Parts: sequence; C-alpha cells; structure tokens
Amino acid sequence: MHGTRILDEADRLMTVCNSCRYCEGLCAVFPAMEMRRAFSDGDLNYLANLCHSCGACYVDCQFSPPHEFNVNVPKTLAVARAESYAAYAWPQALSGAFARNGLVISIIAALSMAVFIFAFAALNDRSVLFGVHTGPGAFYKLMPHNAMAALFSAAFLFAILALVMSVRAFWRDIGTPIGGRADGGSIFQAIRDAGELRYLHGGGVGCYNEDDKPTDRRKLFHHLTFYGFLLCFAATSVATLYHYLLGREAPYPWWDPPVVLGTLGGIGLVVGPIGLFAAKSRRAPELLDENRYGMDVGFIAMLFLTGFTGMLLLLLRETAAMGPLLALHLGAVFALFITMPYGKFVHGIYRFAALVRYAQERRSEAGS
Amino acid sequence: MGSKYDVLVIGGGNAALCAAISARRGGASVLVLEGAPKFYRGGNTRHTRNMRCAHDAATEILTGPYTEEEFWEDLLRVTGGQTDEVLARHMIRESKDILNWIVQQGVRWQPSLGGTLSLGRTNSFFLGGGRAMLNALYLTAERLGVDVEYDAEVTDLVIEDGMFLAARLKRPINGETEIRATSLVAAAGGFEANIEWLKQYWGEAADNFLIRGTPYNRGSILKMLLDKGVQEVGDPTQCHAVAIDARAPKFDGGIITRHDSVVFGIVVNRHSQRFYDEGEDIWPKRYAIWGRLVAAQPDQIAYIIFDSTVVTSFMPTLFPPIAGQTIAELAGKLGLDPAALEKTIAEFNAAVRPGTFDHTILDDCLTEGIAPPKTHWARRIETPPYLAYPVRPGITFTYLGTRVNKEARMQMADGKPSANMFAAGEIMAGNVLGKGYAAGMGMTIGSVFGRIAGREAAKHARN
Repeated sequence: MHGTRILDEADRLMTVCNSCRYCEGLCAVFPAMEMRRAFSDGDLNYLANLCHSCGACYVDCQFSPPHEFNVNVPKTLAVARAESYAAYAWPQALSGAFARNGLVISIIAALSMAVFIFAFAALNDRSVLFGVHTGPGAFYKLMPHNAMAALFSAAFLFAILALVMSVRAFWRDIGTPIGGRADGGSIFQAIRDAGELRYLHGGGVGCYNEDDKPTDRRKLFHHLTFYGFLLCFAATSVATLYHYLLGREAPYPWWDPPVVLGTLGGIGLVVGPIGLFAAKSRRAPELLDENRYGMDVGFIAMLFLTGFTGMLLLLLRETAAMGPLLALHLGAVFALFITMPYGKFVHGIYRFAALVRYAQERRSEAGS
Repeated sequence: MGSKYDVLVIGGGNAALCAAISARRGGASVLVLEGAPKFYRGGNTRHTRNMRCAHDAATEILTGPYTEEEFWEDLLRVTGGQTDEVLARHMIRESKDILNWIVQQGVRWQPSLGGTLSLGRTNSFFLGGGRAMLNALYLTAERLGVDVEYDAEVTDLVIEDGMFLAARLKRPINGETEIRATSLVAAAGGFEANIEWLKQYWGEAADNFLIRGTPYNRGSILKMLLDKGVQEVGDPTQCHAVAIDARAPKFDGGIITRHDSVVFGIVVNRHSQRFYDEGEDIWPKRYAIWGRLVAAQPDQIAYIIFDSTVVTSFMPTLFPPIAGQTIAELAGKLGLDPAALEKTIAEFNAAVRPGTFDHTILDDCLTEGIAPPKTHWARRIETPPYLAYPVRPGITFTYLGTRVNKEARMQMADGKPSANMFAAGEIMAGNVLGKGYAAGMGMTIGSVFGRIAGREAAKHARN
C-alpha cells in the first residue's frame, strides 16, 4: 500500500505492465519499469515524471478501458505527477497552492499586474505615466532601474531556492543510492532528451491527443513555447549585461540582440501557448487529468500573457500606452516568477531530473 | 443495402486487414465486416507481439539470418511432419517480403522485448504490440478507402456450387441486411471462444477452460463454410493451450496471465500429486504442452509450487503468488490436503540429486527414484515462504480450418477449388500447422495468406 490512492493505482498498473512489456519501445517509462519488480512511492513518482503523456501506450494497450483490467497509464501517471508536485513542494506550507492552482495563479497574476499599475499611477505623475518616452532609460522614468532589478532579482532568487529545495526532495526520493550525484554524461544525455522531447513521440509513430490518429502537434507547440521562453530569458540576461557592463540602458533599437532575441522569443511565447491550449481543449477526456485543467491552463496563460504583453510593449513603446503596458508586462513577469515553484512550470524541472535518473540507470545497466 | 462490393472480407484481425489492404491496392472496392465492437477488433491479433519471417541477413532489429530452409526445418519439427509442404514452403518464401510489405502498411518493428532474447534472430516484434500493429493496419486501410463495419455479425452465407453470392448481416441498429460481393475472403479466426463447440471434443472439462482472447472468436464463419461444402483441414480436437493463472478472467486475459515458473518448481494436481516432468526441456519448447496436461487433471486445475529462492528467476506476474510459511499453511490456502502436499514435496526433495543449476541449458540437476522424474533444474523446495500459482488451461486458438491452395483459394469437399472464396489466418492455419506451434507463426500465416487472398480476390473481381 502506498501513501495515496493514485499511487496504489499506479502500482497496480505497473504490475500489469511489467508482466506484458509490449510498450517498452514507446518511451522511457516502460524500460525504467522493467528494471524493477516492486515499486516504492519514489519509484512511482519517478515513472510519473518520466512520462511525457504522448498517449501511445493507451491507444496501443489491449487492456485499456473498456477492458476489465482498466489500464490507463497516461491518465494515472498524469494524476500521480501532479500530486508529486505538491508532495515535494518547498516550503510544504505552500503545497496547497497546487490543489486549486488555476485560481491561485490567476489571483496572483491579477494582483501583481494591479499592484504595478497602481504603484506606477501612485508614484508617478499622470503626465509621466501616460507620457511618451523614448531613448535610453525611457522605461526607468516609470520605475527606477535599481528598484526593478532588486524586486525581480528577489522574486527570481526565491523561485530558484524553492525549486532547488523541491527537486532535491524529489531526487532523494527517486535515487538509489540515496543522494546519489548525477554524472556529467547522464546530465548531457538528459539535456538532449529534454531538448528534443525525445519521448513525446510515441516511439516514432507520433503522439495522440484527441483521437486514435497520431496527428498530435504538441511537440511543435511545446518547442515554440520552451525555446521562446529561453530566448526571452536570454534577451533579459543580455540586457542586464549591457546595463551593468556597458552602461547601455533599455530600450534598445530593433536590431540589438536583446530586442531580436526578445522578439523571436515573444513570437514563440504567443504562438506556442495558443497551440498548446488548443490541443489541451481538444484532448480526449480519457487521457486528461481534468482536475489539473486549471494548473495546466494557468501556466499556459501566464506564458502567453508574458509573451503577449512583451510584444505589445515592443510595438507601442514609443506611444502613450507604454506606461500602462510596461506595468502590465512587469506584473505578468513578476507573477510568472513567483508562481514558478507552485505551478505547472515545475513539470520541466522534475521531468529533467527524472531523465537524468533514467540516463544514469541506462548507463549502469549497460555497464553491469 | 444495394451497393455491391468487389471484395467482402469477414473478420478484423491481421489476416483480414492484410487481405483488405492488398485487395484495395489491387484496385478492388472492399468492405470489412468485423463482428466485434471497435475496441475488441482484431481477434487474437490484439494479443500478439511478433511475427516469424525468413530473412537472409541480419536487419536493424533482427540479430542474424533465418533462412527459408531453417524456417522449414523448425516447422517440420514442431508439427511432427503434419504440414502441407508445398503450401508451407510457399508461405515461408513469401514471408521474406512480408517483412518489408507490412512496414509499407504502416506497421513498425522493434527489437525483441526484454525476456525474449531467444527470439531475437527469428522473430520481428511489433512496436507497441499487436494492438499497435492492428491500429496501423486499420489507419492504412481506411486511408486507402476500405469500408469497415464493427459489431457486424454475419448470420449466414449464400453459397451455390462453391460460389459465394452474398452474406446476411445483422447490424446492431439497422437490423438484417444482405451484402453482395464478387469475392469473399474469410479471415474470421477459429472457434476457441465457443465453449459449446469445444465441449464436442473435450466434454464438460471445457467449462473449466479459460480463453486467452476475446469472446468474439466463436468460429461461426468457419462452421458456415464447412456446412456449405468447404473441405475441412486440421484436427478438430487440437488447440493451442498453455497453463495460465486460474485467477485470470474467463476471456481476453491475453499474454499477461501466463506463467514461466514451471521449470523452477513442481506442478501438482488437486490431489497434491505431480503428473509430468517439469524439467523435460527448456521452457520455450515446452510451455505449449502444459495447457493440455492441466486439462487432463481432475477439475482442470493444477498448482505450480516453488520456494522463495526462485521468485526473481522469471518474469514478474500479474497475480502475486499465494504464500505460506509452511507447506501445510500453503496447502490450506490452496484448498489442498496438507499431509498429501507435505508428502509429495518431502519425496521430491529426497529425490533431488546434487548438481550445478543453470536454467539456460539442460543442466544436471535431476531427481532419482520418483515418478514422474524431474530431469533438469530439480532443486529442493525448502526455503519459506513457500509459494504457489494456481493454473488452468488457457486456450489460445483452434486448428480446425478450411482447406486452401497456394492462392489461398478454398477447396471444396469434392476436391474442386472454389470460384471466388478465399481464406486467410487462423481459419486456415491448420493447412500449415497440423499440430504444435512455434512463436510468431500465427501472424506469418495471417499476413502471408491475407496478402495473397486479397490479391487473388481482387484479381477475380476485376476479371
């Protein structure tokens, strides 16, 4: 018996699957399962986070519903995965944020945007807020750069700390020997596997989303979203270096790397989330963890808002709309940062850790 | 009603879909009638995982060559010569191209699954298993314009002088209708799920059989064809039967209810008596006889008994073993007489001679002075907890079928070939497999003769 009902169900399924093994060519979950004969809570959370929800094992399974064995691995692991986020959350007092995540994320997002607008309005003269500002330092007429940097660094550092503590608990739970360190080769393998979404591919046939045809495009939209996010992050990092090392202040001209990177990333962060949301809306109910719809959509919405307000800001930065748009954009980014450890963002961190573990296991198996 | 198809395919498994695709690619209009609901489509193909095809060189997924001659020798050995050599050699030759052809129909291969390394050279495994293979074939068939109906129960065939005219069909909603077609491909499997029919040969014992596939393999099409003058082939009393867990569902437990632990322990019947040499030969060569052995025991039940030292020597099982700290406790849980089981195990343990255990070869661990002996892998059962799996006969498929020629064309009882009726798959497997079995042959028969039947049926329809 396990700590939760969903882990009991995951254990039952892995026992069924381990006596079948037809799916071992589809992804990493089943080969990892085959390395075990019994499953601890940590093992099941590891397998749950290794699953990319491609759906192939459901469509291919001779025992999926309505068969009496009722084998639904993607859905069961999706629920277990979401519950694992709460189980490993740091500090534990905030783990409840996962229970009604959509609501929590939208309240935080609304509040932070409201606070930025309110603060901009309260601390700035009306003519400054709705004024037209151009040239270097234009943004900082509304909010001093040091204040902006301090606030966002604090939010970001807190997010990093919470994520590190959470993933440390996960890593200890899934790893044998306890506290085992990840080797460079396994990390490199995991970066490749995550970077190309190797296991969101149904073993080569493709993924399933709305029906039994492998026509799913989530991989493409996920790439747009993920690499869009990375490009935006790179844009911010380059801009920070400009500011402190070269003394060059934003906004920058359109051809400057921070703007080029931010624009490309912003396009990804707008198109990707729209595609992912459309796929989520069409997803077959038997594959969907409907209780986590809010969490999934909340994160997609935050990424979209970040990209969308950023793009608007770029387009309208030389007009009177710049002040309010800057407030909205900063509010969205701030909310994204502080909710990172308590929302769908963590899926990438846990899955990456699971991929590292899997790469380790493969290496030690090949070596033995 | 009203439309007439060039080719009507009855059945929905590997053979049926290969026939439908091949007929459609041959220019024919094709209708597939699958008697099962969509989820259960495909008969036993749902539960398969590989196919045995001849090949002259290693491939990406096959570890070495498997020549036509070697395939033929394997077939000769497992059937004890009960095969049609002309047909069998033709099938083996055609199987070489099937490796490529089936991929062109969307099926993907993968290397042999964990725990099946002994098949890595001879058998190609379907990525994702049999249902994945079926899904690929259905997608291809539908893309090519093959019509498919599910829950389509064929209630009668109109056949005159060996010539198929029409099939009567009972649809779940629109009621009775008649489907006419120029050619017929019967690929509707055997009668393993038809307990009443099995009882004709097995008597009341058949009530205790478990059926490994869906309840839809009732053999109704086979029966209609034989009743209407098609020549039969194969021993009607023969079926492929393995020992599966007695706790498995009556139907469709599939591969996961099997047990690979016989060679690691002993097998007793409900009187706690051993009844066959558990170590006669390596398991892949012996698993298929244990269904019949258990069927011959009282109440068609037996118990594989072993101890805690061997639990990790075989694949993990769906149902956990039943455990007891003493033999008597285990016997109590199994409903066996404790004294009788203790005596059997004590006698067995006393008869075990020292040897060097190696389950991968025919080792020298054997018993002396008991009957039946255990001739390999005999080790004392003495380390608690003592463990057991209850097993019953699990029926995979039957051998009775319709006689066909190299064109997959059915032969009538008077020896003449049918004008327009073809058969493929399990319904005609008895032509090639008089008895016995080797892994993956059922799918070879299905794909090879399915492809041929579809091609010939289309050719007939176009002429």
